[in-house]
Formats: sequence, structure tokens, C-alpha cells
Amino acid sequence: MSPLPRQFHDWFTSRGWSPHPHQIDMAARADDPALLLIAPTGGGKTLAGFLPTLAELAEGGHEGLHTIYVSPLKALAADIRRNLSTPIAEMGLPVRVEDRTGDTGQTQKKRQRVDPPHILLTTPESLALLLTYEDAPRMFAGLKRIVVDEIHALAESKRGDQLMLCLAELDAMCPGLRRVGLSATVEDPAAIARFLARHPDPCHILHADPGPAPDIAMLTTDAPPPWSGGGGAYAIPRVLEEVRKHKTTLIFHNTRAQAEIFFHNLWLANDDALPIGIHHGSLAREQRQKVEAAMVAGDLRAIVCTGTLDLGIDWGDVDLIIQVGAPKNVKRLVQRIGRANHRYNAPSKALIVPANRFEVVECVAALDAVRAADLDGTPKGPGPKDVLCQHILIRACRGPFDASDAYDTFRTAGDYSALTRDDFDACLDMVATGGYALRAYDRWQRLRQRPDGLWELRDPRAAKHIRMNLGTIQDTDTLKVRLKNRMGGRPLGEIEEGFAATLTPGDTFLIGGQVVRYEGLREMTVEVTRRADKAPKIATFMGTKFATSTQLSRRILRMFETRNWEGLPQHTVDWLTLQARRSKLPEADRILVESFPHDGRQNTVIYGFAGRNAMQTLGLLVTRRMEDLGLAPLGFVSTDYAVLIWGLDRVPDPAPLFDGDDLRAAFETWLNGNAVMKRTFKASATVAGLLERNIGPQKRSGRQATFSSDILYDTLVKYDPDHLMLKITREEAMRGLVDFGRIEEMLDRTRGRVDHRILDRVTPLAAPLFLEPGRVPVAGEGRERLVEAEAERLMEAAGIADPKPAKKSWRVPY
Amino acid sequence: MNSADLILSGETLTACPSGALFWPRERMLVVSDLHLGKSERIARRGGGLLPPYDTLETLTRLQSDIQALRPETVLCLGDSFDDVAAAEALDDSHRDTVQRLQAGRRWLWVEGNHDPGPIDLGGTHLAEFRAGALVFRHIATPGETSGEVSGHYHPKACLRAVRRPCFLTDDQKLIMPAYGAYTGGLAWTTPVLRSLLADRATAFLTGRKVLAVPVPRTA
Repeated sequence: MSPLPRQFHDWFTSRGWSPHPHQIDMAARADDPALLLIAPTGGGKTLAGFLPTLAELAEGGHEGLHTIYVSPLKALAADIRRNLSTPIAEMGLPVRVEDRTGDTGQTQKKRQRVDPPHILLTTPESLALLLTYEDAPRMFAGLKRIVVDEIHALAESKRGDQLMLCLAELDAMCPGLRRVGLSATVEDPAAIARFLARHPDPCHILHADPGPAPDIAMLTTDAPPPWSGGGGAYAIPRVLEEVRKHKTTLIFHNTRAQAEIFFHNLWLANDDALPIGIHHGSLAREQRQKVEAAMVAGDLRAIVCTGTLDLGIDWGDVDLIIQVGAPKNVKRLVQRIGRANHRYNAPSKALIVPANRFEVVECVAALDAVRAADLDGTPKGPGPKDVLCQHILIRACRGPFDASDAYDTFRTAGDYSALTRDDFDACLDMVATGGYALRAYDRWQRLRQRPDGLWELRDPRAAKHIRMNLGTIQDTDTLKVRLKNRMGGRPLGEIEEGFAATLTPGDTFLIGGQVVRYEGLREMTVEVTRRADKAPKIATFMGTKFATSTQLSRRILRMFETRNWEGLPQHTVDWLTLQARRSKLPEADRILVESFPHDGRQNTVIYGFAGRNAMQTLGLLVTRRMEDLGLAPLGFVSTDYAVLIWGLDRVPDPAPLFDGDDLRAAFETWLNGNAVMKRTFKASATVAGLLERNIGPQKRSGRQATFSSDILYDTLVKYDPDHLMLKITREEAMRGLVDFGRIEEMLDRTRGRVDHRILDRVTPLAAPLFLEPGRVPVAGEGRERLVEAEAERLMEAAGIADPKPAKKSWRVPY
Repeated sequence: MNSADLILSGETLTACPSGALFWPRERMLVVSDLHLGKSERIARRGGGLLPPYDTLETLTRLQSDIQALRPETVLCLGDSFDDVAAAEALDDSHRDTVQRLQAGRRWLWVEGNHDPGPIDLGGTHLAEFRAGALVFRHIATPGETSGEVSGHYHPKACLRAVRRPCFLTDDQKLIMPAYGAYTGGLAWTTPVLRSLLADRATAFLTGRKVLAVPVPRTA
């Protein structure tokens, strides 16, 4: 007997459909406390999640909220609302569906708290916000089901940890709450199931038919990819040819900057004026919505995009995916490929475009992995404490609470099941008093314990601050870009503050596919005009940078070693051969180091193949040791396979730089003072509620009231080195940006075997590194020398000699 | 050797790496915008619970400048406290430190916008202070014809992507960097700052060694 009511089957039939087996299975297990569905894109995944809800509500009589649907994207919530309205209207179900995101108006939001819909579509942040209100228990009364969409994406970030703490609280408020997770293909479904379920409840996993194997290949071009660079511009004629041959093509890029450049070049070559748009997270909402609407209307033949389109928004008839640049991670590649052919049971078609010759190697390795269904991933660590701290604040906003109850509730979230009471108490103490060794003032109290033992906000007004700072998404310091005109200007998007600082009036850069001219900064907004008379600079956007997975790195090194280069085009074989002749090919059990002069600097390249984050850490460690040795390093840039260091002096012998014990010891002392830690501190301390976000009028006017979080970090290190926030920062850095584990893995496989090649110029394998974005300056002797030289040069150029006391009188006062 | 001299209305002044200003002829040390008690004020108002070590850090720096330069007069150029309540709430040990530093020398508190009233902490409280050809006040006054030393704006320079608090000066005016530990900055090219100074102005960057740099002319 079907678990679905008659009218549902009739509805399917009326549309000429029949329910997928996994949709029936989901409905049959509707009473499971937790259920995870793994299904490819286009498999009717979302409907599968909602069918039991609709079936239960079809009977009528349910008062208030029944199901909360959570998705990582605001756009997804709106999209689902539209998609659900069809079956609800056609079956005449008595069901009210509404969404609630950051874009929802205040009136609507207030009304929803008093009179919630049956189905509420929301994001983790909006849900967390709801839990800060005193009336939350009333609003959530009667809640039966939670559907978490794209749970594989949420599980990889703090947003997922926050969501699971919210679910734990909802569970305590609404006993018998059932959870459903919807996931794309992942390497470890059991881990996602543990993440989803109320600890220690079991969670059944349903697998939908994965569909036919994807049709995936490397795009072949007549001209070989360039020696270096990340844009894939060389392939534009071939990409246009493919766009012409298909109905709709999604062209994925790994970074926003690359998407911009590619889009610009694509239009320069787009002689047929094919309608092609661009979409990425740094563009103004107005710009993005325009592209989305055109896409839905079927007006576009292609969209150049980044990860913002990775998740399951239904874009209609996409029949080709083009991935420009190496995919870095096989799992993500598979998920992206799934974006093509949203029709179930039709093979997805995808082409990979390596951006340069190194990426040819990486692409071939990734294709091999896709064929072998060898997905990659790293096991998830315990739930982060900064998110826990924020959640304690959320709990306190809702009203007085008992610490033991909160502890027991939070531990039902899978990632926090191993949380010790001591750790919880330390977090509570930090949230309550700051947790400082110096306890001088009762004013340092956000929470206080009442005589009856319950914790509450000392000052109820603090709730406003806490709500404003809620969320785990790290804002980067960006500035809005506007077209300058009398009307105040059309918003174009955002650029990083650091990039804006490098601009002088007259400079041009790319944004939203246009070349714009920087005119000036007004009230923290970058004003630009369309007078583009110079070659554009490359804007930097803070996007997520994914590290090439350990699995993929191993495959690449194995390809080098076995010289099994059948899958590689001839030009790449020639290039690797050239590298082997000029220098050497990296090997899995040795570290290759190259030294050569270039552009007036001494360069050192270390091929470690440990992934971008670990290579960044290695760069920081090695430059620090170089600084100690007086080698005046100026900066470095890291990629997934190598780190390039430039400086004023050459490294005579790199072998001692890789001594494991020294590195580990250096790591310990270094960790406190480096930029990655400071960046992590800023992020974690903001999440934990110790720091407030730079928002509001201060940010807009750029006034001096806000100061750098680096100062706070340095102060803590100096006066309170055992502070919990520093420990949390360390934990977060270790698992995220620092990734020391992969340095250990590298040291372990190479065991001090270092090959040093001293050369007179850039090597084929090193060339791409010079175009990498994300250069990290080293603040040391070398930089000090340069800044002094620059200051002197500017003073001379300005001719400030006579009217000023200037140089002559700069004497030694003491 | 890490300081730099500059001339303001004929007086030679020394810009120190810490952000303090020394006037050798008068043996006077000038510091601006200490913002003592800033973290306390933020916590009091329901904001974040910042590390409560800023006052200690700022006073420690001041102490080391005083020990090195042995001034006869110390002049705090306004916004010495983040607000009047922060001055009153000053920790006993910090109060002792200030009183120890005041011993044997003249101590002048010039009032700022954050700390407009007199403070019960020794020293003399003034709206502004004149000595020789120079006038010291918290906020620069456009059109002032004497050599004017002021604070308030917390100017910061940006050179080769390095940001540092800085002194800004032309022949008539000197705007000092903020000395307090928890203080942000206003870009040296901000119109409000730029308009106070002549076209041709020089920045003295604090840091390990004071560096003189011409201030860019436009924002």
C-alpha cells in the first residue's frame, strides 16, 4: 500500500509523472526520527522531503507551524516556495507556505511570529534569530518536521554547526520532532547522518538511483593552454563554440576574479552577441537578480559563475557544464556536473577546461578519480566552540536558563555530543564575564547568575547587540562599488578593502563584466565611472579557496612518478619533459626546492603538494625561519602544490628549513604571532560574541571608533596568554586555515629528503606561481628596508628638501 | 635614533616612534587620545567584553616614554579617557600609576570631546594650552595662525599596504596620532583631515622607526 494519499497519486498522474521510488520510500519512513536522502540533482529531492509534510497537512486541522525547511541559500527558499505552490494549488491543499530570510520585510517577520505558516522556508541564520525571541516556544509549538536541504554543504561549515544547535533546542521545545536531511552525493553518508540526527538517535540513509554515469571530458583546443595563468582565456573560441552547440551552458570558475576576467574576454570574442550573463557573490543583489530572472525566462545561453550557483537552484534547461580551472576536489566536481540535465535519468554532460598546463595534469587526475568514483573528503572534527558561545548568547536572549539543561540540550547535536562539562562551563564563563584572568569589574558581565541559579542577561538591552552580531558567516572587509552620477549611483557590487587601497584615481578594474575607472572613495563607497581608458587591474575578491584534496594530490604525484602520461595532451607531456630537463619533477617521497632570480628578487619555490592551506602555513613557517636567518624574505604566495617565496637574499641551503622538530617547535612559537591566527581570531571572536562586527554608522563613515582586531589579539597574547579565546582560535586555525596535519603528512612522506636546484631563471613548473593572487607580505627586516626606501623616494620626488627641516635636521634626539 | 625632528612655527619638535611628541626646549612630552578605560566603557554599555588590558598597556607605554625622555611637563591632549565615567572607574592600580608618573613634574590635562569635565586625578585641567609660538588643543581649528598641535582625528597612513598611525604636519599645524592601545584610525587622505592641512604636508609614520612621507594631495 502506498504511504501517499490517493489525491497525491492522482496529481502525479495528471502531470504524467509517477513518484520516484525514493519519494515513496521517504513517505513510508515519514515517522523516522531522522532520515537522510542521498540523491543526485534533479532527482525530485526537495519534493521527496516535502511529500510527508503535505500528506500530513492534507488532512487539514493542523494549527500553526508544521514543518521548517532550512536551506543554505536565501534564493533557494524563494525558489522552493514557488515550486511548492504548484502541487499545493493543484491538489487544493489547505497549506500556507512562507519564506523568512534576511530579505523578508519587518512587518511580515513580525506577523510570522504571531501567526506562523504551516511551512516556513528559512536559512540557518534566520532560524537562529527566531530562537532569540522570548515568544519562540509559542511560535514553534506543534512543530513536527524539519527538512534540511543541501545538508552536505551545511555540514562543511559553521553554519551547519549553528543549525544543529538550533535543532537541538527546537527538539527540546517540541518533543517528537522529526528530521530529514537532503544531500547531494558525498563520500561518507554515515558522517552526514550522524551530523543530522539527534544524538544518539539512529538515522536511516536512503539512496536514490544515482542515474547514468556523467559524460565528462577535458575540452580539447588547437592551441595548448598557456604556461601560466588562471583565466582559461585561451579556450574562449572553443567555449563559445560549445555554447553555440548547446541550449544553456553554465561556465563555472573557482574564483570571482577569474570569472570576471573570463566574462570580459568572452564578450570581446562574442561576435554573434550570444546572450551571456555573469553571476557571483560579490555582485550587487540587483545585478544578480537581473541575471537570475533572465535565466529563468530562458533568455540566456550561458552564465559565467562561481560557487554561488553550486547549490540546487532550478535553472531550467542547463545541458552543459563547463568547469574552467582545475576542480580541486573530486566531490565538488561531481556535484557541479550534476547541475547539467536537470532531468532525471539523462546523463550530465560536462567539459573541464584546464587554465594552464599544470591544471591539465590536475584535470586528468580528477577525471580518473570521477571515473573510479573515488570521492574525497576530510573527516569532520568536533563542533567549534565559538559557535557554541554564540549559541549560549542566543539562549540567554530568549530568557533565563539553567546551565545543566542547556548543556544536556546542546550535547544532543551530533558534533557536540563529546563536549565536556568543563569545556561548556569555560564557554559559559567567557560569554558571561569575558573569561579574563583579570576580574576587576562587575561591568564585565553580559550574563549573571540569579539567586535561583538561572543565568540571564545582565542588561536586557544587550539582546539587541547580540541579534545584530548573530551568524557565523564571516564578513570580509569589502567596500561597495557604485557608478558615480548625480542620482547617487547604481550599485555594481563589492571589492575587497585591501584591493581598494591599492587604487589611485584613474586606475581601472573589472566588475560585473565591465571595465570601470576608479574616481575616488566617498563615505566608504568606491565611486567609479565607465571611462575605461586603461588596461584593467585585477580586482581581488575574497572567495573561498578550496585546497586540492589529499587524494587528488596523491594522484598527481603518482602520475609524475609513473610517467603514465597517456591521458595528457602532447603539449603537457612536452612541458613536464622540459621541467624534468631544466630542473626536476616533484616526487611523492622528496621535497623539491628551486632557487632562481626573477624580477629583481631572489625566489625560492618549495613543491610540497600539501594543498593550499597547508602550503600557506608552510610559507609562513619557512619565511619566519628565513627571517631569523637574516635572509630578508619579502613575501610569499602559495598554491595547492607549491609555495613561492621572494626576498632580497638567496636561500643557501633549504634542507634545514624542513627539519620536522624545528618546524614543529617553530610552529608552536610562530602560531601566536602570525597573520592567519589574527584572521582566525577576528572570525572566531566575532562568532563567539567577544567582538562586534563592524557594522552600522561607524563602518559607513570610516570613523576612528573601530579599531583593528589585531590589537586585541596582541593584547590578549601579551596579558592573558591562556585565555579561552586564544585556545579556540588555535583550534579553529589548526583545522581550517593552518592545516598543519597536511604538513605533517608531507614531512612524513619526504622524511628530510630535499633536492635543491639552483637555476638562472624561472622554471616551467614555477611560472604559474608568479600570477597567483593572494600574496602574503612578510613584515620583517626586508619590508622595513623597502618602506624606508619608498619613503625616501617619495620625499625626494616631492622635492621636500628646503622649506622643511627635512633630512638635515633628522638627528638623534636620544 | 628612531625618532624624527620637525619644525612647527620655528619650534623644533621630536616625533617619537610610540606616537608621543617631545618638545626638547620646554622638556615637554605630549600624548594625545589615550582613551583610557575604553574596554570598560564598551562593556558597561552592553557591547562586547573586550580584553580589559588596554589601560594597562597604554600606561605602560607612557611610562617607558617618560622614563626615556624625563620630561618636566607631560601634556595629555584630550580624550585621555574614553568618557568621564571611565575616568572615575579607573582601577586603583592604574590610578597609582598615573600619580607616580605625575610625581615631580607638571601634568596638564587638555580636555577633549570624550572627557570634557575636570578629572579627580591630579594635574591641571585646561581647555587649551599656549606656550611660546605654539597652541595645544584637542581639535584643530581652521584658520588658526599660531603653530597648533592637536589630536582627535587619529590619523593613519597607508604606505605599500602597511597602515600606521602617523603625525600629520604642514608649517602651521601638527595633528597627532592616537596614543591609546585600543584606538582605530582615520585615513590620512580623508577630506576632513586633508582640508585642515596645506597642499604640501608631511606625515611622520610611527612604528619601529619614524618615517617621513609626503601626504598624497587628493583623496
